[in-house]
Amino acid sequence: MSAVEDVATQAAAVEAVPKRAMTLGTGTSLVVLTLLLVVPLFVKNFIIFQMTMLLIYGVAVLALNILTGGSGQFSLGQSAFYAIGAYTSAILMEQYDVNYALTLPVAGLVCFGAGFLFGQPALRLSGVYLALATFALATAMPQLLKLGYFEKWTGGVQGLVVTKPDAPFGLHMSQDVWLYYFTLVITVAIYVFSVNLLRSRSGRAFMAIRDNEIAASAMGVNVALYKTLAFGVSAGITGVAGGLGAIAVQFVAPDSYTIQFAIALFLGMVVGGVGWLPGSFIGSAFIIFVPNIAENISKGLSGAVFGVLLFLVIFLLPHGARQIAIVGQQLLARLRR
Amino acid sequence: MTQAELAPRHDPLLAVREVSVHFGGIVALNGVSFNMLQGQILGLIGPNGAGKTTLFNCLSRLYQPSSGDILMEGVSILSRPPHRIAEIGIGRTFQNVALFPNLSVLDNVRVGTHARTRSDIVSDSLKLNWVRHGESAMNKKVHEILAYLDLEEVAHKPVAGLPFGTQKRVELARALAADPKILLLDEPAGGLNHEEVYVLGDLIKRIRDDRKVTVLLVEHHMGLVMSIADHVVALNFGRKLAEGTPAQVQADPDVIRAYLGSKDQ
Repeated sequence: MSAVEDVATQAAAVEAVPKRAMTLGTGTSLVVLTLLLVVPLFVKNFIIFQMTMLLIYGVAVLALNILTGGSGQFSLGQSAFYAIGAYTSAILMEQYDVNYALTLPVAGLVCFGAGFLFGQPALRLSGVYLALATFALATAMPQLLKLGYFEKWTGGVQGLVVTKPDAPFGLHMSQDVWLYYFTLVITVAIYVFSVNLLRSRSGRAFMAIRDNEIAASAMGVNVALYKTLAFGVSAGITGVAGGLGAIAVQFVAPDSYTIQFAIALFLGMVVGGVGWLPGSFIGSAFIIFVPNIAENISKGLSGAVFGVLLFLVIFLLPHGARQIAIVGQQLLARLRR
Repeated sequence: MTQAELAPRHDPLLAVREVSVHFGGIVALNGVSFNMLQGQILGLIGPNGAGKTTLFNCLSRLYQPSSGDILMEGVSILSRPPHRIAEIGIGRTFQNVALFPNLSVLDNVRVGTHARTRSDIVSDSLKLNWVRHGESAMNKKVHEILAYLDLEEVAHKPVAGLPFGTQKRVELARALAADPKILLLDEPAGGLNHEEVYVLGDLIKRIRDDRKVTVLLVEHHMGLVMSIADHVVALNFGRKLAEGTPAQVQADPDVIRAYLGSKDQ
């Protein structure tokens, strides 16, 4: 793998890389945004629905990326926060007739609180132990949602059906297209806020903790506070994604939010590149489309094909999609010379 | 700056009073006391296991003394958690360099300003106006420090790939970014060659003079301590062995015995 390592060390020698390491350049961002705005005008409704899910899962992976790539804490429990967000939106919309757009900030706040509280006991754990504790959370969540005590709100095992919102202001747009653009606006906002956060004093505190807790503390960083804040922020963003997911899928049920979903999000983060925010959306595309591709190759062995594809990606690109971006940037720089 | 020039200020900036530390049955420090005056470079020396690092860790609040007190400008620091030490003006470097390896030199030094700046996650995410102003003032200061320590050329490079000597300068820059009144240096000469040690010695003196910082130097390298310290405290087996000017301490028979062993051993 020495060739790959060479690439990684060379990249460090390029002056511009560390500063932009978290994001894309302005030009690339504009191209991607234009594509995201224009493509839905030319494709079928089902593809639009898939693009919506890509953005939603992308936001959930981004949230995990802030936690793991930013503050260095692992989580296999993101499905639990996603579930809390989804149920918060669904319950508010269906039981209390709240406007769908207004349910999202509520879902975010509820999950921020849940994540912040969960982060308190998690402070005593790190690395694989923290991953296990969050794993426990993910395992417990579907059963908690089925509890008879909550049934009048959650619908128990049946779950809840959510009404898809119509396009507002008399816009001539199908529900799917409207929901896509609505999701896109929220995704872009969350992405921009996340980039701002990671580039700010708080973001530097997260990364300082990730790199060296004792040194961070000596610089005045309240390690316990920032670790729980990272959990809160990550859970809050995941909650918004969960709320959007409930609206897009029009249905919430306990068994949609199992540990498998948490592992898929984790996978998305690794494939996209840990700590590289744009990679979150590439990782999200991977977890949405690659299982389908595997199924097309072989129906009976789709799991095995998926495994092989995943193995290839991890073997060839240990730094995830970020590696392709770095190589691309270097090629561009070489061409300009 | 000599001792005489500092004479008008009699109040110690930092006072270590009868500090003892026990680990189970082992006495790591036993009633150690000394004062640090404003503008001094105080060298803390002693053979391995003398208690230098233990004392250092009490000052940076990683250890809690079993008894005794440590006063900064007359106020005890013992009730402060480690992350609230930087804000009262105590900065430190680490024995084997503890930087943030994945961050650039610039970001490492920016983290150094954490204790002197304010923000919250909401304002940071929204990049509110007051946050922008704070960041630009902070960046100005950080660049001034980078220029002062000759680090501007490597400002955007990740620290992990830099030479050891440069990493030590980055650590100094990071500590200075918090405007410390006292700088605790834990074996700064470790891992440096002969020439680099004397460059470092000059740098420490220059920092003391230019930036009005008082320095506590915990060091093995006798040459460095004797050439730049104004005042030396020697420890052995957790007790204070001798205290005074470098010349006095060097001539002290107890110190000589601790370092070289006595004749009848």
